[in-house]
Amino acid sequence: MAIKITLDGREVECERGMTILEVCNKQGIRIPTLCYHPQVSKTGACRLCIVRVNKTMFKTACTEPVVDGMNVISCDDELIFIRKSLLNLLLLEGDHNCLYCEANGNCELQSLCHEYGIEIPPAGDIRNVRTRDVTSSEGLRREENRCILCGRCVKACAEIQMNRVWDFAGRGSHAHLTTHIQDVLGDSECVQCGQCVQLCPTGALSFQTVYGRGLEWELTKKSSICIYCGVGCKIDFSINPQGELVRADGALDGPNKGHLCVKGRFGFDFVQSPKRLKTPLVRKNGELVPTSWDEALNHVADRLKQIKTENGSDSVMAFTSAKCTNEENYLLQKFIRAVIGTNNIDHCARL
Amino acid sequence: MTNSIREIPVSEAFLIIGSNTTENHPVIGAMIKKAVITGGKKLVVVDPRKIEMAKYADVFLQILPGTNIAILNGLMHVIIKEGLHDKEYINSRCEGFADLEKTLERYTPEYVADICGIDDPEMIRKAARILGNAKPMAAYYCMGITQFKSGVNGVKSVANLQMLLGNLGVAGGGVNPLRGQSNVQGACDMGGLPNVFTAYQPVTNPDARQKFQNAWKIPTLPEKPGLTIVESMNLAIEGKVKALYVMGENPVISDPNQHHVIEALKSLDFLVVQDIMLTETAEYADVVLPGCAFLEKDGTVSNTERRVQVMRKALNPIGDARDDWWIITEIARRMGVEWVYNSAEEIFEELRAVTPSYAGMTYERLENELLQWPCPTIGHPGTQFLHKDRFARGLGLFTAIEYTPPAEQVDPEYPLVLTTGRLLEHFHTGTMSRNSKILDAIVPEPYVEIFPNDAENYNISDGEIVSVSTRRGSIRLKAFVTKRPKPNVVFIPFHFHEACANVLTIDALDPLCKIPEFKVCACKIEKVYP
Repeated sequence: MAIKITLDGREVECERGMTILEVCNKQGIRIPTLCYHPQVSKTGACRLCIVRVNKTMFKTACTEPVVDGMNVISCDDELIFIRKSLLNLLLLEGDHNCLYCEANGNCELQSLCHEYGIEIPPAGDIRNVRTRDVTSSEGLRREENRCILCGRCVKACAEIQMNRVWDFAGRGSHAHLTTHIQDVLGDSECVQCGQCVQLCPTGALSFQTVYGRGLEWELTKKSSICIYCGVGCKIDFSINPQGELVRADGALDGPNKGHLCVKGRFGFDFVQSPKRLKTPLVRKNGELVPTSWDEALNHVADRLKQIKTENGSDSVMAFTSAKCTNEENYLLQKFIRAVIGTNNIDHCARL
Repeated sequence: MTNSIREIPVSEAFLIIGSNTTENHPVIGAMIKKAVITGGKKLVVVDPRKIEMAKYADVFLQILPGTNIAILNGLMHVIIKEGLHDKEYINSRCEGFADLEKTLERYTPEYVADICGIDDPEMIRKAARILGNAKPMAAYYCMGITQFKSGVNGVKSVANLQMLLGNLGVAGGGVNPLRGQSNVQGACDMGGLPNVFTAYQPVTNPDARQKFQNAWKIPTLPEKPGLTIVESMNLAIEGKVKALYVMGENPVISDPNQHHVIEALKSLDFLVVQDIMLTETAEYADVVLPGCAFLEKDGTVSNTERRVQVMRKALNPIGDARDDWWIITEIARRMGVEWVYNSAEEIFEELRAVTPSYAGMTYERLENELLQWPCPTIGHPGTQFLHKDRFARGLGLFTAIEYTPPAEQVDPEYPLVLTTGRLLEHFHTGTMSRNSKILDAIVPEPYVEIFPNDAENYNISDGEIVSVSTRRGSIRLKAFVTKRPKPNVVFIPFHFHEACANVLTIDALDPLCKIPEFKVCACKIEKVYP
């Protein structure tokens, strides 16, 4: 049902049940957020999305539902002051030095500090030195001194992967991330789907594949479809200037809705394996030796022609591939049926 | 799948049978977990192993491998006895119910529990009530239904259950096979099968042949259905199949009875392997052709829910690797036909003209819309779920099916049941996952899962090297003592060439669709003394 609110002095129509943040997003008004992520539930933990409601109240826009006649101010001097203070506190609490952080350029905290003109925080000891566990897991790195306790990773694991590996422990300024029974990540029940890393707004959680292999602004993004099972997850790949694959993120518009499993996340470097075949090979004197495309293709064509002539079309069989595209499968069955003249074509659908 | 992945939240209950969903289709597995854990939906899991999904199940039926049909008949028996079936749906949309009802008569929970190795028959009643009382209920299955010599009947039994409960042709219901390869659906849709052209147009149908003869501008096409993979291997040994062209497959690891497969490859006069690596199969080849990997090419793939998606080239091909379609075109041209293709999209335009279910799809549409076949015309929105209002054949046909035991039974010499499958971290023959550093680091070596009591019987401790043997061969690998498999059942993942599970598996085939019985055979396990 449509209701009306006043947003920054302008009357706006919206649906009952929407949050202030959703209305602002729809209206193109930017509200800073850190703990909010559209794929997981909302907790209003970071308080950065704070807005002024009905002149006197401060509410977190990501959790507050709109009501008819509500008056919302998305940004004013006092809100800016509060947001800056929050960002300063976050910076003070951890070790946020972009110089040696692999999230540099891909960090929501960094972007907001830049946007709000945050100065270098006063020098002083880091309040709590938290866990640094960058080797126990094959795929994931955990540098908790960069954690801002937004809880996105906890929710990614509990609400998307449904594994509940992450949680918070400790209270107040001692609050920190933990895996169940306080194992290091590598000893936990983590299945390395990497969803927590995909949702992490800072460099607290990162992928082993990213470390030292290019910063955000050097990476090119390309989308493709995962090569493993039949779910058909859409993946956004990041490629560095050397042409190496460094990161895989689940795309929101695929059937996976942003999620990936460990294979989709980490199972792509075979494409650049030194074991890849680089030239055609032909067997000569019992050995497979490199040859030119021309020689290899002519040899295949000649032998197939010869065997077809001598033994009939039905003496030729082809296995097509569930790893190849529709176009390639279509073409191979056309080749076998129209050029060879047999229906001897099958693939691993049964295997 | 008759239905769509995005319908998971709509289902009121799930039956997962013969699918280790969280390991083999993890993204769908997580979605179902979410529906069950936070959505409060009901879940019945049927599997020989205590897979992760079993933890969340309202009822978990740990059956012996090869007894799917018995358990499904048992569930249907209870559903009918307790009047939970959808009588109106059966009367208006189905046929053959009387025969089914008669056959099901003797599949009492007690009878079925005995066949399936379930201690408490009451569990079957409980599961049947859950499935019968929730609507819509979605059935998900995988190779744990199909890879038996009764594979076709297993699938028909799932269909029987879903028609009995009126769960076909409705959102959130359906018979949902989870396809195990990125484009296995597409390879089937494209006619990569011995009996059909694209979109399952039979090669035996003269009209279909005429249509393709016209489209391909050739005078005749063969009418006799061709060979399946396992049949072709047998005929290679007999000397009737002389040449084999393998594109992106690795039968040495993936096919049953490895020694037999290798013998077949060696018997061939000519073997071409087109792949991205020198696979175990390529080692026997006369010519090896380097194809592009998925990130190096354009093209479309069709997922398990019939959704067609465009893949775009992200990387330049390595070395002198070429597009698979280019390689095929070049060979065809050198055999004297005038084929000209300049891009994958050109081939797609040709194929959609002869493929009714893809006819309405173009690259432009696929990149902007979610399209699932059938999509017969430009402007057609695609099909979210099949069999709405009426079945493809008109009335839904119930098939009365009797349980038949697997090809090989345990005996004093081979007293354990062997079943095989996949792991979360690896994929099929390992060509891709075992060449991915992180995946191979997580699970670097093969193992056999064995139940603690069985391990004790054979004096085997966790981590010890054992030999597992069947009538076809023997492999050595580490023992993993765990309560996951059912007692008397051992499980081996088949990704590992160094201890290839398919040395052991049996090549008994389903008489109709020729699927091998990977999922059950008799084996023995022995400790290896150093």
